Amino acid sequence: MRLVTRDVKKVNLGDINNWFIENFNMDWSVVVDYKGYFIEGFFLTIQLTTVGIIFGLIIGLILGLMRVSGNRWLIRPAQIYVDIFRGTPLLLQILAIHKAVLPTLADLVGLDAPSSVTSAFVALSLNAGAYIAEIFRGGIQSIDKGQMEAARSLGMSYAQAMRFVILPQAFKRMLPPLGNEFIALMKDSSLVMVIAVHEITYAASTASKNTFEVWTPYIVAGVMYLFLTYILSRIVAYLERRYSTSQ
Amino acid sequence: MIQVNNLHKKFGKNEVLKGITTEIKEKEVVCVIGPSGSGKSTFLRCLNLLEPVTSGNVKIGDVDLTDADVDINQVRTEVGMVFQQFELFPHKKVIDNITLAPIQVKKMKKTEAEELALQLLVKVGLEDKANAYPESLSGGQKQRVAIARALAMQPKMMLFDEPTSALDPEMVGEVLAVMKQLAQEGMTMVVVTHEMGFAREMGDRVIFMDEGLIVEDDIPEEVFTNAKQERTKEFLSKVL
Repeated sequence: MRLVTRDVKKVNLGDINNWFIENFNMDWSVVVDYKGYFIEGFFLTIQLTTVGIIFGLIIGLILGLMRVSGNRWLIRPAQIYVDIFRGTPLLLQILAIHKAVLPTLADLVGLDAPSSVTSAFVALSLNAGAYIAEIFRGGIQSIDKGQMEAARSLGMSYAQAMRFVILPQAFKRMLPPLGNEFIALMKDSSLVMVIAVHEITYAASTASKNTFEVWTPYIVAGVMYLFLTYILSRIVAYLERRYSTSQ
Repeated sequence: MIQVNNLHKKFGKNEVLKGITTEIKEKEVVCVIGPSGSGKSTFLRCLNLLEPVTSGNVKIGDVDLTDADVDINQVRTEVGMVFQQFELFPHKKVIDNITLAPIQVKKMKKTEAEELALQLLVKVGLEDKANAYPESLSGGQKQRVAIARALAMQPKMMLFDEPTSALDPEMVGEVLAVMKQLAQEGMTMVVVTHEMGFAREMGDRVIFMDEGLIVEDDIPEEVFTNAKQERTKEFLSKVL
């Protein structure tokens, strides 16, 4: 920039753009032309992440509770679920769910094949659920056994002890790993571009493909992800603070 | 009130209780002493089924706890327990530690439960700590809160599992004082303890356990001054 201001007296955006074009072969006007794609992608990435977090937490809680239940008829299925979703690539899961699993299921109940966005929601939630299940399991198991015994000795049921005594303590310890998982989920949501979901990476890739501009669309996408992961990490940090002061 | 009949408990191949038969009457204070590994804590934990029993039975009143149809949660509301490591709920204030079970299990109204909790805190001398978190309390204070928490369920009997073993020596007295008061009020108590002074003074009976069996079961005077079994004498000579 300083180069530009020294060389040219009057500075305007066109000049800066020309300077980038001459020196780096970067054309920022692409971003302006494709801003609709980027805005759509920005909000869709937020949606994908939010849905993934919410359903991932629900699935993870259920599976995590199954894992610590002490009943092998609950433990085994949860373990198999986690093994499958952690042991295969998310990209493969997205493709299989969109092309095979959901269309087949839809066909069985006489519905139309789901949209790619629906498939993306399902795939990200199921995958996040597996990782979050492990976080729940670890969190619950990190709470001293005596806490459960104390709660049970007062006449509380297992479920009451879990809900009022174990989970609130476990959740506090789970927050840092959950934060990591949420951020990973947001970045992994970029993979659903392979089934043509119009999220951020899809926007960048499309803009680049159509204009042969290789720099600026990806830089803009990167900045968007950085911004979103920064916000998300602030939210997690806030929750960690809140939960640590309430004790 | 409690009848234990030929109670056996195995952990894997390790038999910790090898046939315990005894009876604890209403308003009786029974102290259980013995070397570590003798099974005394396991015995206590079988009395409210925190440990599932391997064979034999435990009856509280007319209810056989080993019966598969028994609502164990209901039984436990009548049997308070105090642990060596206090086990207060660290995420809850003192008062909420005490009111949690009455509200959730007995469906007591919150105001009513809090009133009860405050009365109990007065009783254990900690009314000023109602809004403190457990981490800010000393060991002795934590254990007194734990006693208040157990009492909030208005149990018919109390089990104490080495309630003073994790305490600094200068805090043992305050906890024992609360327990003495309870005993004097006529609470049925089973106390696993290393506090021979307490056992001697407050116990109606002292049970000496070793290697999973009751070796001696008598009034404190007899056990401490006139033990019949060699093992009891040997143990007492080491701890007194």
